[in-house]
Amino acid sequence: MRVLQMARPTLIVLLAASAALALLQLSGLAFWQGLAINFAIFVILVQALNLASGFTGVFSLGHIGFMAIGAYTSAILTLPLATKAEYLPNLPVWLEGVHLDMTVGPVPVGFVAATLIAGALVMVIAGLVGAVLMRLSGHFVAVATLGFLVIVRVVLFNADDITRGSRTFSNVAPYTNLWWAWGWAAIAIYMAWRLKFSGYGRAMFAQKGDRWAARSIGISILRPRLVAFVAGAFLSAVAGSLYAHFITSFSPTVFYFDLTFRVITMLVVGGMGSVSGAVIGTAIVLALAEALRRIEGATLLYGLGGILLAVFFIAVIIFRPSGILGQREIDLEQLVAWRPRRGRRRGPGSATPD
Amino acid sequence: MDVYLIQQIVNALSAGSLYALMAVGLALIFGILRLINFAHGDVMMVAAYIAAFSLFAGLPLPVAIVTMIAGTVLIGLAMERIAYRPIRGGPEVAMLLTSFAVGQILQNGTLLVTRLASQPVQIAFPTPDVLSGVVAIGAVTIPRVNVIGFGSGVIILAGVMLFLTRTRTGLSMHAAADDLPAAQLVGIRVNWVVAAAFALSAALASVAGLLYASQAGQINPFLGFSPVLKAFIAAVIGGFGSISGAVVGAYALGFLEVIPTALGGIADILPPGAVSPEIHDLLATVFPSALGSYRDAIVFVFLILMLLFRPNGILGGRAREDTP
Repeated sequence: MRVLQMARPTLIVLLAASAALALLQLSGLAFWQGLAINFAIFVILVQALNLASGFTGVFSLGHIGFMAIGAYTSAILTLPLATKAEYLPNLPVWLEGVHLDMTVGPVPVGFVAATLIAGALVMVIAGLVGAVLMRLSGHFVAVATLGFLVIVRVVLFNADDITRGSRTFSNVAPYTNLWWAWGWAAIAIYMAWRLKFSGYGRAMFAQKGDRWAARSIGISILRPRLVAFVAGAFLSAVAGSLYAHFITSFSPTVFYFDLTFRVITMLVVGGMGSVSGAVIGTAIVLALAEALRRIEGATLLYGLGGILLAVFFIAVIIFRPSGILGQREIDLEQLVAWRPRRGRRRGPGSATPD
Repeated sequence: MDVYLIQQIVNALSAGSLYALMAVGLALIFGILRLINFAHGDVMMVAAYIAAFSLFAGLPLPVAIVTMIAGTVLIGLAMERIAYRPIRGGPEVAMLLTSFAVGQILQNGTLLVTRLASQPVQIAFPTPDVLSGVVAIGAVTIPRVNVIGFGSGVIILAGVMLFLTRTRTGLSMHAAADDLPAAQLVGIRVNWVVAAAFALSAALASVAGLLYASQAGQINPFLGFSPVLKAFIAAVIGGFGSISGAVVGAYALGFLEVIPTALGGIADILPPGAVSPEIHDLLATVFPSALGSYRDAIVFVFLILMLLFRPNGILGGRAREDTP
C-alpha cells in the first residue's frame, strides 16, 4: 500500500502520458505522430548526453557516433534474408545468415533483440573508448570524443561491404511507432533518474563538483565517469535503432556535428544534470526548430533558423548558464498534487548537490 | 619513384603551411583565454567567400585580398566583442560551446547570403591565375598553389614570430597568455590585447582560406570544419598554447597525413621486379590502396594517443595538471 502511495505521482504521469499517446494514435494526425516520435528519440539522446556529460562534467561530443553504430547495427540485423543477399552481397559470412525480422503476434521481437544487441555492442565499444578517454578532462575530452565521432564517420563511409558506404541505406523496416519510441524514452528517463539518485550518481556529481575533494574521500573518478559514459552510449544506440526504423533510409552524413550540436543545445537549455530539465529543453528546442523550419520554408531564407537557434543558445549560455532547471528536478508529487505539498518529506530534487 | 616522393613532400609542406596558419590563430586565442575557438574554421570559410565575391565583382587580386583580410578581421573582432567577451573567464566548456554556436551562425549566415545573392550552396572558386596551373621542376610537376602556399606560409609565419617577440603589442600578448591578472596589474589593456589577438588570428585564417579555396577549386559554407580540427591536432602535437609548437606541429601533421596516402597501394606503384613477390604481397596487405581514405581516422587516433601520452606536445614534458 505504502509503495503504491509513493509511486502514485509517477503512476499518474505515466497514465496521463499513455492516454495522450492513445489519443494521438487514434487521431490519425500523421504530422503530429511523427513529431512525437522525433521528440521521444531526442529525449533519449538528450538523456544519454545528460548521463555522460551533465552528471559528470566530462563533455562528450562523441555520443552521436554511438547512435550511428546503433542505427547501422540494428538496421543490418533486421534485414530479411532475401533483401540482405541482394542489398549487401559482400557481408562477412557470420552476418549473412542473421535476420532478426521475426514477429510474435503484433510484437516485432526481432526489432527488440536487434536494438538490445546494438546497445550491447555499443556498450563494449564505449567501455574500451571510455576507459582511455575518461582520463582526460575539460575541453580536451570534448575534442578527443569529437575525434571519435570523426573516426566513426570515416569508417562508416569506407566500410562499403557492411554499411553501403556513402550510399543511402534504405529498406529498413518501419518498426518504430509511438509506443516503441515513448516506451524507450520512458526507460531512458527512468534510467537517468535512478542513476542520478544512486550511489554512482552521487559519485558522478561529487567528482564533477570537485575532483580533488571527491578523490580525498575515496570516490573514484574514473569509475563513475565510465559508468555514465557507457550508460549514455547504450541509450544513444537505442535512439539510433529507433531512428533507423523510423526514418527507414539514412546515410552516414546524418550522424555528425549538426545533430551533436542540436542535442547539446537541448541539454544546455534544459539544464545539464537535470533529468526533467532535459525533457523540457528537448521540447523547447524541438518546438523552436520546427517553427523556424516552417518560417524558413515560407520565406525561403534558408539559414535564418540556424542563426536564430545559435543566437538563442549563446543567449542562454551568457544569461542563464545553468539552463532552465540547473541540476534541480521537477517534483512529480507537487506536479500532480491537488493542494500544495506540506513540507513533510523532501523530494529527491531538493537533495541534489548544486 | 623519386618524382612521387618529391611530390608527396611538397604536398606535405603545403598542407603544413595551411595548418600552421590556422593553428597559430587557435594557439594565440587559447594561450590568452583558454578558449578553443572552433569557429576559427568558419572564419576561414567566410574569408574564402569574401574573396570569391570580390573576384566575382571584378576587383583586381590585390584589392580582393585586402578586402578579404579586412572583412575577416572585422568578423573576428565582432565575434569576440559580442559572443566571447561576456563569458570570458567562464567555464572552459561554456566557452567551447559558445564557439560552436558562433560557427553555426557564420555557416548559416553564409548560407543565407549566398541564397540572397541567388548563388548555389556550392560555388566554384574563381582561382586567380597566380594560384592556378602547375610548376615544372625537371620531371616533377607541382601545383603552383602548393608552392605559393608553402612559401607565403613561411614568410607570414616568420612575420608573426617577429611581431610577437619584437613589438609591444606582441609582447603584451605573451604577457596576457602567461598570466592575465598580472598583465592587467602592470597596465596592459587586456581588452585591447585580446581584440588584437582575434584580429591577427582572423587575418591568418583569411590567408589560409584563400589558399584552401584555390586548392579545392570550390567552396561551400561547411568547409571550415575539417581544417579547424586539423589545426587543433597540429596545436596539440606542438603543445597547446605554444605558438612555435603550433607551427612545428602543423608541419609534422602535414607529413603524418601524407603517409597513409603515400603508403596506401604502394605495392601497385612500385616498378615490377623492384621487390620480391612475397614483399609485394605483404605490402599490398599491410598498406591496401584504401588506406588513404582512412587518413582522417588515422590522424584522429594519433590525436587521442597524443592527448593521453604527451598532452604537452612533442616538445613539452609529461606533466598533466588534470589528473589527480
